[in-house]
Amino acid sequence: MDIRTIIAGILLALGCFFIVVAAIGVVRFPDFYSRMHPAGKSDTLGQSLVLSGIMIYEGFSLVSIKLLIIIVFIFIANPTATHAVAKAAYVAGVKPWQKEDKVIK
Amino acid sequence: MSFLITAIIMFIFWMLLSGHFTFILVLSGIASSLLVAYLSHDLLIGEGDIKLNIARIYRFIKYLPWLLWQIALANLDLVYRTLHPKMPIDPVVIGFKNEYKTDMGVVTLANSITLTPGTVTIEANNNEFIVHAIAKGPAESLLAGEMQERVKRIEGDD
Repeated sequence: MDIRTIIAGILLALGCFFIVVAAIGVVRFPDFYSRMHPAGKSDTLGQSLVLSGIMIYEGFSLVSIKLLIIIVFIFIANPTATHAVAKAAYVAGVKPWQKEDKVIK
Repeated sequence: MSFLITAIIMFIFWMLLSGHFTFILVLSGIASSLLVAYLSHDLLIGEGDIKLNIARIYRFIKYLPWLLWQIALANLDLVYRTLHPKMPIDPVVIGFKNEYKTDMGVVTLANSITLTPGTVTIEANNNEFIVHAIAKGPAESLLAGEMQERVKRIEGDD
């Protein structure tokens, strides 16, 4: 097993870890806006790590250039989409969740 | 002019994605990039800013390492908050004034806020940014303004 396979494997495992944590976060967090945090951040990093892992495994070729284009696209599109969804909720009037002891009635 | 630039960018993109250089594929690439450029050249490049700002692109590339470091920190922070049994979150919504002149500055800052620790951009219009922060700490470190300064430095004076 050469060193490239090992590095690729580590990157793939790290990426999968962040994607799993993002999924857990989306389930655990209490409201819509806080769920945007794992969905917007960990997904971006997780997917990029998985794709860089494949890129290193593949070596320098046309395929890895395509993967690089996908990574750049994800880095632009993912936060923008997160922002679009959050803004839609804000315009529709979704109230952010607050810690219970701070809610003044 | 913007038609031509869009067509060239589209054609380069076609060549990268196809990887075949046979006559019929190059020809259909030229045809489809011309069609796409005809339909949408005013979307990719606005009429005003055809002039390429090399210095700004250079400053943006210099900004990237810091951003990647912040993304790594953001994800470790998020992993901690997600997997901690008590889930230490305390969301607040904050706003601050938009002081940027260019669309590129606003987009860069909005996306950077979403990618960096504990904050998600809700609204970025011409007057203000509204940001959802997952706890007090991230909100305060965003309001301290280090990122705003860095994005302003990318924009520069020109």
